[in-house]
Amino acid sequence: MLGFDLTYFEAKYQVSEAVCQVIGPVTPQGFADYCPRFVQGTFTTIEILVLCCLIGLIIAVPMALARVSSNRLFSVPAYIYIYVFRGTPLLVQLFLFYYGLGQFEVFRESFLWPYLRDSWWMGIIVLSINTSAYVAEILRGGIVSVPQGQIEAGRAAGMSGSLLYRRIILPQAFRIAWPAYGNEVILMLKASALTSTITVMDLMGQTRTIFSRSYDLEIFGYAAVLYFAMAFILTYLFRITERYLNRHMAYR
Amino acid sequence: MPDSVAALVAHDIHKSFGQTDVLKGVSLTANDGDVIALLGSSGSGKSTFLRCINLLETPDSGEVFVHGEKIKMQRERGGTLVPVDKRQVSRIRSSLGMVFQNFNLWTHMTILENLIEAPVHVLKHSKREAIEVAEELLEKVGLSDKRNEFPNQLSGGQQQRAAIARALAMQPEVMLFDEPTSALDPELVGEVLRVMRKLADEGRTMIVVTHEMGFAREVSDRVIFLHQGKVEEEGSPKDVFTNPTSSRFREFLASNL
Repeated sequence: MLGFDLTYFEAKYQVSEAVCQVIGPVTPQGFADYCPRFVQGTFTTIEILVLCCLIGLIIAVPMALARVSSNRLFSVPAYIYIYVFRGTPLLVQLFLFYYGLGQFEVFRESFLWPYLRDSWWMGIIVLSINTSAYVAEILRGGIVSVPQGQIEAGRAAGMSGSLLYRRIILPQAFRIAWPAYGNEVILMLKASALTSTITVMDLMGQTRTIFSRSYDLEIFGYAAVLYFAMAFILTYLFRITERYLNRHMAYR
Repeated sequence: MPDSVAALVAHDIHKSFGQTDVLKGVSLTANDGDVIALLGSSGSGKSTFLRCINLLETPDSGEVFVHGEKIKMQRERGGTLVPVDKRQVSRIRSSLGMVFQNFNLWTHMTILENLIEAPVHVLKHSKREAIEVAEELLEKVGLSDKRNEFPNQLSGGQQQRAAIARALAMQPEVMLFDEPTSALDPELVGEVLRVMRKLADEGRTMIVVTHEMGFAREVSDRVIFLHQGKVEEEGSPKDVFTNPTSSRFREFLASNL
């Protein structure tokens, strides 16, 4: 694990240096001076975003299914989970988990401690849980919007519950939910900046470090531009995937 | 005891929604090759009756047999009837092709995908086999050129013909039609009726809830007229249309012809 970490960080450093060799000369001096840090921070932000969106989605699907279940044994816990994590500030969740878990021996003794004490992992865990609550609600909306008639057609053809969900309901729920999901991912991109408060060196963490050395306010401007660029690319990616996924809704 | 070899028997079906009794003991027997037209003004319970046959609605009491096999149901503590064996229900449903008023094609799939979906995933046919059958059916309903289009790109009449082909792809023993032309523009009704007439001529067993008097008169073997949840008139189209015995049916005919 440690070996992997070192080579990975080494690689990230090398790539950042290489990128800055290219873009350094064409960027403003204030940026170019700290270019490798900005690029490394950007990489870290992308890592966190990709991982937490992936893990969040994996948690959100069963959570949404539990939420729409007619069995209260499933729907009530899902309801509580969703409302707790949507109802409290992400910053509070980050502090509670990062500083709080270490108070308990079970966590300190557990084999997971090397991860739980690592702010990078903790950031990903908390962001994943937080986004999974939102995505579960988004998905729930998609599930209940699937036209009843199409579900009946599935039943009439002899489809059972799980087949119906797999083939008819979820594929359509994802398509309906896709634009709202894109919005959530962009919110997560910006929310990931909060992980810098628990010492993660994402784009915001690097920016704050640079600022503490230079006291040059223009540094935050560069961070804003980088965040904006990422959000812009994400918006574009979601727009073209939406056009593909919902091509069946386009009239001739 | 109902006839056990008939393609479909529904015996003494009762159904109420809250305080409203929609069906007050309706029975029907369809032999192989029968085309039965279910007529009735709106609210007479004819659609509900059709939906009770394949258990999209659970009847409050009554029995359904498909080729002699009884759909097993039991009474719950609250007194409502529930199917005993979900797998039996799924299997029987897959042998009853249903065509809906609003087509209900799966909008995220192409027409061909709609046709092979249930044969592949419910009947476990191979994809190649299912596509072969689907293409023949699309040819039959005149939609071969639309196989890769999505339902929303088709007209209502085309969508309904695709929905009929989708039901046929399951090789059903009985076809159930729930007002198949009621959601269509008048000029599109004919193309759907033509397909249905073709199926009747092939000797398919069909139960058709409809407002199309012409279809009932010319194509069906038997007409059943429902009024307020009961069978008011039943017989061959020749008899009931020329010589109706119930005054309700006479009034109905007068306002629908």
